Amino acid sequence: MTLSNRETWTLVHGMIFGVIFLLGFAGGLEGLYSLRPQLLTAAGVRDRVRRLRIGVVAMAVAAWGTVITGTWVIYPWYREKGPESAKSVLVADPATSQWHSFGMEWKEHIAWISPILATVVAFIVVYYGVRLIKHERARRAALVLFILAFGLAAVAGGLGALITKTSPVL
Amino acid sequence: MTTNSMKEESVSLEDLAVQDKPDGPVAAAILAGGFGAFMLGLFTILAEASAGFKALTTLNEGVGGLSGKAVFTVIVWLAAWAGLHFALRTKHFDVSRALVIALVLVAIGVVTTIPPVFVMFAPAG
Repeated sequence: MTLSNRETWTLVHGMIFGVIFLLGFAGGLEGLYSLRPQLLTAAGVRDRVRRLRIGVVAMAVAAWGTVITGTWVIYPWYREKGPESAKSVLVADPATSQWHSFGMEWKEHIAWISPILATVVAFIVVYYGVRLIKHERARRAALVLFILAFGLAAVAGGLGALITKTSPVL
Repeated sequence: MTTNSMKEESVSLEDLAVQDKPDGPVAAAILAGGFGAFMLGLFTILAEASAGFKALTTLNEGVGGLSGKAVFTVIVWLAAWAGLHFALRTKHFDVSRALVIALVLVAIGVVTTIPPVFVMFAPAG
């Protein structure tokens, strides 16, 4: 069993960065939600913030890795000019053309908002560190932006998976 | 009894042996994030409305117009973040207010990247 160059990059884009992104989101969400002074001791806050830092930074790095590999490595293969490219196959059939004209056109853009918001959240957590325990509004803002970053990535990732299922970049 | 009352107390910054920091830089980061999302939407509309701008955004032939839209968005986002950070680095700025502004900007950015929306700005014919 071997993987082609394109299959390998698709795996890196969707699975490797995707798994890090999901793990970072799960850890970060739990950390941000439960970081409340009445629930923790000082030692607990330090320990939780250490893990929270790792989660939010990992999610931000994974989000950047996903959009950079998606845009500069995989997307050029998708939109190659030949009749066998994934885009050409989609637009040639009226039954599948909207996967490109709506799905890919939206996905390629909104995906770029996710790493920006994930970076904002990572900055908030790294900047405040353990002080975040006393900044309830900042914690709530980070939580909202974190969920939004995930939601936008989920829309982009979901559309990407469906487009790949219909017309794979191989 | 002492143990019970201690458990009910909230952890303070003194307990954590740290001094507080101004919230201006956090507000700056949130506002800049919203601005970045808004600018992505604006660049998407401009590329659709103007052939000249579309050509300008094609930094890489393989990637097409998305290459410039993504690069320009990241540049203006980072520039806005640096400027806002410098302006607010020692100041107080209501983080909730910054979040509301950012969410409005993100919503505009998301809506303007939906194909039926930005396609409306394409030249007629």
